[in-house]
Amino acid sequence: MATPLSLKELSKKELLLTAGHRMCSGCGAPPVVKMVLLASDYPVVASNATGCLEVSTCISEYTAWKIPWIHNAFENAAATISGVETMYRSLKKQGKIDKEIKFIAFGGDGGTYDIGFQSLSGAMERGHDMLYICYDNGAYMNTGIQRSSATPLGADTTTCPAGSVVPGKLQERKDLTKIMAAHGIPYVAQASPSHWSDLMKKVRKALEIKGPKFMNIIAPCNRGWRSRTDDAILLSRLAVETCYWPLYEIENGVTRVTVKPKEKKPLVDFLRPQGRFKHIFAPENEWLLKQAQEDVDKNWEKLLREEEFTKPQEEAKE
Amino acid sequence: MPKIVAVTGNEAVAEALRQVNPDVCAAYPITPQTDMMQRFATFANNGKVKTEMILVESEHSAMSACVGAAAAGGRVITATSSQGMALMWEVLFIASGSRLPIVMPLVNRALSAPLNIHGDHSDGMGARDCGWIQLWSENAQEAYDNAIQAFRIAEHMDIRLPVMICLDGFIISHSIERIEYLDDDTVKNFVGEYKQLNPLLDVEHPVSYGPLILPDYYMEFRRAQAEVMTKVADVVLNVAKDFEKISGRKYGLFETYRLDDAEIGLVILNSAAGTSKDVIDEFRNRGIKAGLLKPRLYRPFPYEEVGEALKHLKAVCVLDRADAFGASYGPLFMDIASSIYPYKDKPILINKIYGLGGRDYLPEHAELVLNELAEIAKTGKVKTFKEYIGVRD
Repeated sequence: MATPLSLKELSKKELLLTAGHRMCSGCGAPPVVKMVLLASDYPVVASNATGCLEVSTCISEYTAWKIPWIHNAFENAAATISGVETMYRSLKKQGKIDKEIKFIAFGGDGGTYDIGFQSLSGAMERGHDMLYICYDNGAYMNTGIQRSSATPLGADTTTCPAGSVVPGKLQERKDLTKIMAAHGIPYVAQASPSHWSDLMKKVRKALEIKGPKFMNIIAPCNRGWRSRTDDAILLSRLAVETCYWPLYEIENGVTRVTVKPKEKKPLVDFLRPQGRFKHIFAPENEWLLKQAQEDVDKNWEKLLREEEFTKPQEEAKE
Repeated sequence: MPKIVAVTGNEAVAEALRQVNPDVCAAYPITPQTDMMQRFATFANNGKVKTEMILVESEHSAMSACVGAAAAGGRVITATSSQGMALMWEVLFIASGSRLPIVMPLVNRALSAPLNIHGDHSDGMGARDCGWIQLWSENAQEAYDNAIQAFRIAEHMDIRLPVMICLDGFIISHSIERIEYLDDDTVKNFVGEYKQLNPLLDVEHPVSYGPLILPDYYMEFRRAQAEVMTKVADVVLNVAKDFEKISGRKYGLFETYRLDDAEIGLVILNSAAGTSKDVIDEFRNRGIKAGLLKPRLYRPFPYEEVGEALKHLKAVCVLDRADAFGASYGPLFMDIASSIYPYKDKPILINKIYGLGGRDYLPEHAELVLNELAEIAKTGKVKTFKEYIGVRD
């Protein structure tokens, strides 16, 4: 029987990413990884794209991973785990292995949205039985906060700094979750560590579905977001409550918003505690703030419409 | 009983791979390799092999998937050429640094730009120092034989390194030759069961692959990798000895042809060696003591053995089917120069670049070179140390 998703029961489980790793204090990524691994009752083999999580969890003779783990390069976590999973299928068919094992790839937004995008798309199309988890902190944080295609509009990064001529990033984020859904894979979801139960339910559901699955999980980075070290969970909650980071899933083409904020907070509530957006509160950058709010509204309404028109027939009649 | 057939190089290597019957194969099309993996995929889809195919979206992913599959704990293959190998370049180092015994035929082809799909050695030479073992093959028979031996070498417990089997694009990959196939059972027994080492799929004993290693240990790690390379030649020779027992065909680290009493000699890789041997016979008939050395194990390069084999010659021409753009000599020349460097008395070396982008290497080219060597041997004078041959002025 599956471990109930209650704090009491989960606290009895072994953490498979141990303490002593070298991620920054207050980083959002380790709680995400711990939740993902806690959610699984199956043995997991993981691959990891080059990035903060990778360089900080396996250095020289130390490893923080209590599961089999492989780091190959930056852009190929998906292709790598697809190789592991294929060998598993081959050996299972030959009767050389009988265990039920799950395969998870972890990558940051740089390794997923940008350089690893082709590898991810290919692995999803090939139908490997794997779950790809992107921990999205919205920039290349490991190399020092450079812009990625996941960086939000207006953000100040080291390669698109808020200057007197160019006020930070001028483009909207790539909507990777939707792009993955467009691959027609059986399960795609967005999650946030602030909503741990929602996150773990999604992981659990994903692991029960055969085939390729993708989850995008927001993971605040206090170094890059210029926020307080103890605000990761608060910020990820504000991301959900402002509808900047909606929690939803797309299962076999049916979209379901899993958490609907009782009251949709203004985007500034999410932006204001972050130093990377400080400049957009200046009068001359008001247009950026306005556009950022409009983008959020547009995407949120689109998502609600999508939920409505993908609803199964019977449910729609009720 | 061995079977005598008339097949192309690609077909022969695909047959070797079928007989070895690996667990996983990643494949991506690129000329002139494509036809080899097509044939292998046909075996897979008709149940002739147990292999699971991964039909990837690029060569970068092909090698990445091979790394994952090999670390998972099984026998893994892919094949490539030219640009495909160039795209894999990053991951080639990861495969060797992670000590994963992947086997990959490389159907040698020129590199862009300009785009050219025909045979030369630019791809293999570009990857010569990436920590893989390289076996080069003169013809389809050698490519078939090397492919079978590659698994024993790669998977040897003292080695655990990936192996590349090089054969000339089109000239060998697409030409039909008479070759001998071994029986399926003979190959199966020769290659043996795959032995796992720290497999990722052993969930009871979790291992971490691909750590970050900083200045405190990186250098020790690299030295260990360099030391493994020193063990390769013995393993290659032992595997060759066993292979001779099942095939009657003898392999060494390199082949020498009429070299023992030679005064002048050619050093040349792969298919062009065949043409050269014919011309050497003609020179011998005219009383000129000419010989040839054809490297087989090109990485790690057997410097001492090659130096011993060449030191007594008066003049040697190294023929390179790739150039090294450093206003320097071709890659093979630099290795041959290094191998004879320690000797006080050594041959005069010259370098010719030939056959780039599929340009034919003709008997008359070998003839010109041998005549030049005979002159150098007589006078001790060299006009040009390096030049392109078979090229318009």
